Amino acid sequence: MNNLNGILAIWYREYKVFLRERSRVISSIISPLLWLLIFGGGLGSSISVSGINYQTFIFPGILAQSVLFTSVFFGVYIVWDRKIDFLKEVLAAPISRTAMFLGKVIGGATDSLIQSLILLLLGLVLGSAGIIPGLHLNILSISVSLIILLITTSFFVSVGLIIGSRMESPEGFQLISSFLLFPVFFLSGALFSIDKLPGWLAPFTFIDPLTYAVDALRKIILGVSHFSLFFDGSMLIIFTIVIMAAGVYAFEKMKI
Amino acid sequence: MSIIETRQLTKKYDKLTAVDNLDLNVEEGEIFGLLGPNGAGKTTTLMMLTTLIKPTSGEGVVNGYDIVMQPHKVRKSIGIVFQDPSSDDILTGYENLKLHGMLYGMPVGLREEKIREVLKLVDLTERRNDLVRKYSGGMRRRLELARGLMHQPKIIFLDEPTLGLDPQTREIIWGYIENLSKIEKVTIIITTHYMEEADRLCSRLAIIDSGKIVALDSPSNLKKTIGGDIVTLKISHADIESIKKLDFVKEIEISENIVFLTVTNANENLPLILQTIGNVDSVEVHSPTLNDVFLNFTGRIIREDSPEGSWAERSMHYKAKK
Repeated sequence: MNNLNGILAIWYREYKVFLRERSRVISSIISPLLWLLIFGGGLGSSISVSGINYQTFIFPGILAQSVLFTSVFFGVYIVWDRKIDFLKEVLAAPISRTAMFLGKVIGGATDSLIQSLILLLLGLVLGSAGIIPGLHLNILSISVSLIILLITTSFFVSVGLIIGSRMESPEGFQLISSFLLFPVFFLSGALFSIDKLPGWLAPFTFIDPLTYAVDALRKIILGVSHFSLFFDGSMLIIFTIVIMAAGVYAFEKMKI
Repeated sequence: MSIIETRQLTKKYDKLTAVDNLDLNVEEGEIFGLLGPNGAGKTTTLMMLTTLIKPTSGEGVVNGYDIVMQPHKVRKSIGIVFQDPSSDDILTGYENLKLHGMLYGMPVGLREEKIREVLKLVDLTERRNDLVRKYSGGMRRRLELARGLMHQPKIIFLDEPTLGLDPQTREIIWGYIENLSKIEKVTIIITTHYMEEADRLCSRLAIIDSGKIVALDSPSNLKKTIGGDIVTLKISHADIESIKKLDFVKEIEISENIVFLTVTNANENLPLILQTIGNVDSVEVHSPTLNDVFLNFTGRIIREDSPEGSWAERSMHYKAKK
């Protein structure tokens, strides 16, 4: 009972902070739009992937990318909590570390999902305006996308929190997470099709959890995919369960 | 039964023993002080009693619960005000308190009632909807006092509650702490390296040095151990031998041209001392302070934040270094 309260308390705080830092939301929307409109528009003027407009093709990948970055960077807030000593207030409270971890994951997931919903709605607008044609966006596909993104963000928020739980400075966090983010993003196939990968690249792509998120979103939004939606979803769930167990362990070991 | 009891409580970091076989008993309702210089082990003791770090060895019982085996029950029984501000400055005062109530599992009705009550107690009702970022240092400390109190703990731990505050604000915070003790009847454990603070607030004091208790009693009893007033003289040529013959002079210590005397009834006996000693450049008399007690037990002076003081105080620092 008290653990549920703890989770709610942590969530309440993350949510309040999120609402107060609107610049966070705005900047997290701008960057995917730049990718979509400039990178997608520019490259799309000369190529298309399996008969699909390139801008349309990368929409699911950019959606997954925005969740990846927002989620992992959410981990930096635990470094800030430590820096402003707020972490002590939470660590001294009669709640378990598991509750604290889950509250943080839900807090980070809320941020990501609000941002994803905005991007999906923008996709709807851009789609009906004919700027990015061929997106199957409706209430059902948006809802299913959000479920896939919820699992994805839970995974990557956990990754961010694990890094954050070990870091003393925001700069250190930035360094480690950037080092990790770019390979995860590029390997995932967010910007290319994973159907005919060279032999040396395929194994790296298939151990990247983001690959399954991108593939699942392509299935939902574009109707094309490498694996089945069921397989993608199962892989994501397995990855997430393992990392969350690791996250709880990291929080148990976390020092003040 | 004591509300806090420790037996041979010890914390070691590699080779350093931060807290060394500490035996403490704190009675319900008292304001108990841990006095010592920075690095004496006060905060480490507090961290162990509040279950934030685990002792290397020894035992501690807080409100009847073991600090290692029952940390959640201990946490529910206590409130903590940390040395560094630990409120979230992007939230309002009210939101910080609400969050605290949620963390401590308070039912909504009780939570709102206590928030109103504690805000009133620390005079922050008017500013409850301002971001903590806009609070002054003193207001923030008051908010955290209120927060430490709102879940109705049996014991409150205050770690250096007035560190870095200006004298007026310090005075105000002391007032609130005294109120807590009187009105709310909570037991208060306070760590401090301010002598004045310890003297003013604490019913009993443990003087801690290098992780050990060197003295434990009420401030007034501790001061009585000095056995007289302190007379500090600045002189060029001292006739020490003749002073030694005066029977009301209990102790003499000399460092260069400064002489420290422990004297019974100094106010009455001072003229005679001055007569005996001859040419004196400067003289100061004071009743024993906790500073003298600390010096007496540890051979050192606690360095407070501001090194300013009378020449006699500064010479005490000098004497301590010797």
